[in-house]
This record gives sequence, structure tokens and C-alpha cells, in this order.
Amino acid sequence: MIMMIAFYIFAAILLGSAALVVSARNPVHSVLFLILAFFNAAGLFLLAGAEFLAMILVIVYVGAVAVLFLFVVMMLDVNFAQLREGFQRYAPIGATVGLVLFAELAMVLGGWRVAPGITALRAAPMPAGMQNTAALGDLLYTHNILLFQLAGLVLLVAMIGAIVLTHRDRRTSRRQVIARQMARSVAETLELVAAPLGAGVAPGEFRRPKPLEEAAAPHPVAPHQGEGH
Amino acid sequence: MAMIGLGHYLVVSAILLVLGVFGIFLNRKNVIVILMSVELILLAVNLNLVAFSAALGDLVGQVFAMFVLTVAAAEAAIGLAIVVVYFRNRGSIEVEDVNLMKG
Repeated sequence: MIMMIAFYIFAAILLGSAALVVSARNPVHSVLFLILAFFNAAGLFLLAGAEFLAMILVIVYVGAVAVLFLFVVMMLDVNFAQLREGFQRYAPIGATVGLVLFAELAMVLGGWRVAPGITALRAAPMPAGMQNTAALGDLLYTHNILLFQLAGLVLLVAMIGAIVLTHRDRRTSRRQVIARQMARSVAETLELVAAPLGAGVAPGEFRRPKPLEEAAAPHPVAPHQGEGH
Repeated sequence: MAMIGLGHYLVVSAILLVLGVFGIFLNRKNVIVILMSVELILLAVNLNLVAFSAALGDLVGQVFAMFVLTVAAAEAAIGLAIVVVYFRNRGSIEVEDVNLMKG
């Protein structure tokens, strides 16, 4: 009974916040309602017994994806009022397509039933007396390890792609110039000073690092704009 | 899942999917909200997978939902990176202006 009440509360808030995601005036509000929707979906996952997925949903979606959306929405200086032009124009066709889709889904939902003997076809029946997380890890690391690694590869490619796309080359950045690094000689880097016993080296006598123009004099190198050391 | 029927979950995820599709049509110009609608659609798919997994006692559905989650995260990252680059080049994110390649 209490589970039914929790289910209806979670489902109602999930659907309400999803409706507000697509119809909110301010995209920041959309992102915040998206976070609310994810939390309630996690609640629904919990009610279905998928505890690990519920926690992953909160961590990955709320902690990473929604915050990413929030950053992008807040960083881009977009005139959002202008983007909402044609909102009313597109609403009828959107509602039509949505209603058709929902009618089709309702037809499917009204007519389907589980095939007899389907429990014999299960690929990985839930082991009794094992927690959801343990069972999932068992399955994932034993039978689906290749898919798991491929999923990691997908994430790696996405990360590299996002960095490559958004990275901007700064003129002022000090980067490594390997040719210049290799062309350095000891004479322009290091200075040997003979220190008399008991006297030490006078304060102005040696400087480290040596100034560039002094160092470059015996071994002329065209000055780079980025100093690589 | 003992008390909540599979049909309840299916109805909720069907409505969520329809809301996502509706959002894509409604926000034709704002690509960020379109990406959020895609996230909603993927969430509906995940809800379906988890509900069937729980109803049939088969764990493969949850494994599949995890991979869907992974791909959705990657898709959001790449999509938002493209949005940022596009905004840097054009100063706007209107989807209807995207005709640089004359495709």
C-alpha cells in the first residue's frame, strides 16, 4: 500500500516536472526541473528493485549531466526570449504527433501480454539471496566484460571529442618547443663559478637562470615567442 | 515490484516518451532544450527496461539500462560541446539557422 502511494507520488512529480522541462520559459528552470525528474525516476527505479541503477542515475545524471547542462545554459549568453518565437506555431503539430504516438503506445499497452513460458527464456535470472548491486556486478564483470570495456571506450571518445571541440588555442600559453629544448647546450644553461675556499661566491657574481640574451650570444637561436624550457 | 504492476510503469514511461517527443517539436529553435528532451526520452527507455527487468526477474534489462545511461552521458557531452562551438562561431544557437554546410 505504501509502495503504491510512493509510486503515484514519484510518477506524478516525474511527469509534471518533465512537462515543465519542455515548456518552461527559462532554460535554467528547465534544467532544474530535469534534475527533479531524474530524482523521481531514481525513486521509481528504487521501487522496482533496481537500487544500483537508481544511485547511478542520481550520481551520473544529476551530478554530471544536469550540471553540464546548467553550465552550458548559464555560460552561453543567448537571447532566450528570441528562441521562443514560434512556440505557439509549433505547438499544434507537436501535440498532434504526440497524441498519435501516445494513441499507438496505448494500443500496444492495451493489447500485449507476456508469452507463456517466458521465464525459461531469461538470460540472467536474478539470483536469490543476492543484493541487486552484487548480482549486477557479477553479471557485468563476468559475462559482459567486453561490453563494459566498450562502454568505457565510448566515454573516452566522448571526453576527447568534447575537449578537441571546445579547446581554444591561446596565444599567451607557454608551451613546449621541443626543437628549442633539444638545441640547448650546456654553456647557455649552466655556469661554472670557481669558488675560493672560505670566501664563497660574491652576490652579484652568478645568476641563475642565466638571462636569455647572454645565453643566446654564443649560440644564436631565433627568439621564440613561447619560451620552452 | 511485488505490488506495483508492470502496466503502471509502462504507462508512466509512455507518457514520459511522448512528453520528450512533444518537447522536441515545441522547442524547435532551442537546441539545449532539444537535448534535454532527448534525455527525457532516454529516461523513458530506461524506465521501460528496468520495469521489464523487475517484472520478469531478468537482470539483463538493468545491464542494458546501464549502457543506455553511458551512451546518454556521452551524447550529452558531445552535444553540448557542439553547441558551445557553434555559439562561439555564430553567436546564436538557433537550430533553424544551421545551414553552414548547405546540406
